[in-house]
Amino acid sequence: MSEVPLSHILFVSTALFFTGMYGLFTRRNLITMLMSIELMLNSVNINFVAFNKYLYPEKLDGIFFTIFIITIAAAEAAVAIAIIINLYRSHHSIDVEDATEMKY
Amino acid sequence: MNYSSYIALIPLLPMAAFVLLGLFGRKYFNKSAGIIGTGLLLISTVLSIYTAYQYFFVDGKVGDTYQTITALKFTWLSFSDTVSIDMGIILDPISVMMLVVVTFVSLMVHIFSLGYMKGEERFATYYAFLGLFTFSMLGLVVSSNLFQIYMFWELVGASSYLLIGYYYQKPSAVAASKKAFIVTRFADLGFLIGILILAFYGESLDFNTIIQNLTAQQSSQFVAITSASFIGVSAITWGLTMVFMGGAGKSAMFPFHIWLPDAMEGPTPVSALIHAATMVVAGVYLVARLFPLFAINETALSIVRIVGVVSALFAAIIACTQTDIKRVLAYSTMSQIGYMMFALGVSGNGGEDGLGYTASMFHLFTHAFFKSLLFLGAGAVIHLVHSNDMKDMGGLRKYMPITHATFLIACLAIAGVPPFAGFFSKEEILLAAYNSSMIVYAIALLTSGLTAFYMFRLYFSIFWNKASSPLERTGGEAHNDHGEGTFSMKLPLIFLAVCTIGVGFIPFGHFVSTDGKVLETPFHLMFSIAPVAIGLAGIGIAMYLFLYENECPEKYSKKLGGFYRAAHRKFYIDEVYLFITKKVVFNLIGRPAVWIDRNIVDGLMNGIAATTAKVSGLIKGIQSGKIQNYTLYFFAGIGSLLIVFIYLWKQ
Amino acid sequence: MTGYQITFYLISAFVLSMGILSVTTRKIFRSAIWLLFSLMGIAGLYFWMDVQFIAAVQIVVYVGGIVVLIIFSIFLTQQSGKEMEKAPLGRTIFGALAVLFGFAFTYFLIQQYDFTATGKLFDSDVARIGNAMLNTEQGGYSLPFEVVSILLLAAMIGCIVIALKIKPTEK
Repeated sequence: MSEVPLSHILFVSTALFFTGMYGLFTRRNLITMLMSIELMLNSVNINFVAFNKYLYPEKLDGIFFTIFIITIAAAEAAVAIAIIINLYRSHHSIDVEDATEMKY
Repeated sequence: MNYSSYIALIPLLPMAAFVLLGLFGRKYFNKSAGIIGTGLLLISTVLSIYTAYQYFFVDGKVGDTYQTITALKFTWLSFSDTVSIDMGIILDPISVMMLVVVTFVSLMVHIFSLGYMKGEERFATYYAFLGLFTFSMLGLVVSSNLFQIYMFWELVGASSYLLIGYYYQKPSAVAASKKAFIVTRFADLGFLIGILILAFYGESLDFNTIIQNLTAQQSSQFVAITSASFIGVSAITWGLTMVFMGGAGKSAMFPFHIWLPDAMEGPTPVSALIHAATMVVAGVYLVARLFPLFAINETALSIVRIVGVVSALFAAIIACTQTDIKRVLAYSTMSQIGYMMFALGVSGNGGEDGLGYTASMFHLFTHAFFKSLLFLGAGAVIHLVHSNDMKDMGGLRKYMPITHATFLIACLAIAGVPPFAGFFSKEEILLAAYNSSMIVYAIALLTSGLTAFYMFRLYFSIFWNKASSPLERTGGEAHNDHGEGTFSMKLPLIFLAVCTIGVGFIPFGHFVSTDGKVLETPFHLMFSIAPVAIGLAGIGIAMYLFLYENECPEKYSKKLGGFYRAAHRKFYIDEVYLFITKKVVFNLIGRPAVWIDRNIVDGLMNGIAATTAKVSGLIKGIQSGKIQNYTLYFFAGIGSLLIVFIYLWKQ
Repeated sequence: MTGYQITFYLISAFVLSMGILSVTTRKIFRSAIWLLFSLMGIAGLYFWMDVQFIAAVQIVVYVGGIVVLIIFSIFLTQQSGKEMEKAPLGRTIFGALAVLFGFAFTYFLIQQYDFTATGKLFDSDVARIGNAMLNTEQGGYSLPFEVVSILLLAAMIGCIVIALKIKPTEK
């Protein structure tokens, strides 16, 4: 059951997190940025579940955290989509380089 | 005698005239400004004469010396317990004498101007300026300390500027007033340095205290000031020479004389007041005031002597060649002041040695009368002929008899012909020079001959010379409408002529001398033959050349060739000054200074501002409005915080 | 090498490759599909880790809800066919460097700790989860549960308000 050491799972989740971060930095599209954020959140979920299973198997805290994170990620994705749609209505583009009103 | 009750009125009444006429004159008093100014000054004159009577004849003397009375004193600025600037009025022989001179001549000028300046649009302003000048000059002569005299010195300079530039629409008048002010201001720089040196070592600004401190051979201040030195010259010599520089500027001594001929652009009564009798003698007065200090310092005294002699001769030579009558009189003034200066320069201090001092003051006294008479007479002539130049005049004796008579009296006085006033004062000066140095005596004698020559050249060219006067030739209608001048123009001439005849007989040594005691100045018959003879010779040559129209003057001036030309062009001193200021000062000092100011000083400021703007431009690029840049910065911040907290901040 | 381990490595390779594809592809629709596969892979990972409930929630909420939402929004903003532009080169390189640095740093930190499994059995059946969720005693999660539900309500209202098209006032 515990033949895979915890550090391997942590490796996977870390790699996934930084992949999501790379997408956040380099993608020019708002929707793809949102997708990268989802990847990051999922990597955190994996982390929680793995720690719960390996280090504290008698408690359920990690699982509940994961449930709540999924819930909140859903709410956040919905709100983000609403904002993107609103932005699209005013700028007619979802390129993040076009939304520079906060420039000096 | 309680002088302090009325002594302050003497300067303040003309100042009241200035304030009243300056502020309200043009609107309300334009016609009556002359009467008001003259009236106030008349009261001042009466008070001055009363003061003189009280001081000289009633109670000025204690024992056998005239005392210096401090009539008024109050502390104005107090810097510390020991250092303070006071204002005060002192009365001693020379200041009382000057009070009389200044107020009397000013009164004559005021009366003369009633007629001369009638119809001027800025009549009230003129009288206001005259009042300001009289106030400043009176304040100067009664000053009790160096600072006060400096203040009034500058005020006199400012009033002179206003009066010379009275006809401000004429560019030459404006230029002349600027020149006068700038040259005297430059000389006053030396005066200020001298004041500072003397006040520092003398530990006081008060005249009496400084003289006491610095002449007592044992006092610490004397030791200090004679031992301190700068470039090998002791401090006291520097102090006195710098003070003399200021005096030389105001008195138009060589080489600061360049402003005096140009100052003739002002109205002629102004020239009579300022540039004949009062302002230009301020330098002589200053040296006389500090005379005890000058007397113990041979170097400074010899500088005074040399400058005086050089100016006297220099001016006399130039005056022989000028054709503008006011300029002849200006150079004559410079020459006579040179006499006063070197008379002080050959004088010793105390008793018989102090003859030069008495002679100088006596000459100042008499010169005021006959020079102002000359100027006012010239003013009357100019008023008639409407021109300053000798060529437009001639044969005027038929048209202006009173002016002719008084002018002749004044010319005889200045030439040193007895029994007029100039003879007595000049004879004493020559005696003092003879007792001191033969060279000075010889030059003074030569100069007095030249004086007689050019003054009578002037006299004959105006009143004789032409077979028919220009007035006749031009039909004489336009110019002759007001004749010789109104009564107000003739009255001062008569008064001054009476004074010129009379004052020579005052035994001046009884009143003014270096130590306050009586100095007998007997009349030396044998000695006075030489100057009178030379004077008469000068008159004779002038008569030969100028009495009737002839070719001799042209012949002789051609024979003298280059020398005549140089003298006519005033020995090119003005050109030298212009060269120095334009080529040397402007190019070598002015331009680099401007360059430094614009490029380095301003450039530094602008550079700092520009650098700030550039740096801010670079920094503001951080706020680009792009979300992904912000996330990058965010991550960078987190990364650095992580490194700091995990590795660097060891608890 | 047991099948257990092989399964893990296969699934994790799948997840990672799909993730990388998702963030690097130029076509937006493909990016959404790669994301979908990645999320499915993560659900598989949950199954492998013996937390079936979370796996189910993942599939239902993430795959079936969020990815579908994303695809709808792609359609709404009419972006589905075009190729997207690349990011400026500087940002790509800097981002890659930052990410590599972050990954190295984080893994280095994790390496220092010796996580030893306790070896106990992990008991996570649905009944136990349900009991804990509605439990009001110590160790229960009913308060967070209520709070999250209010949050969902607020998010719903917020979305509607933000995305509301304002009708023009005149007829």
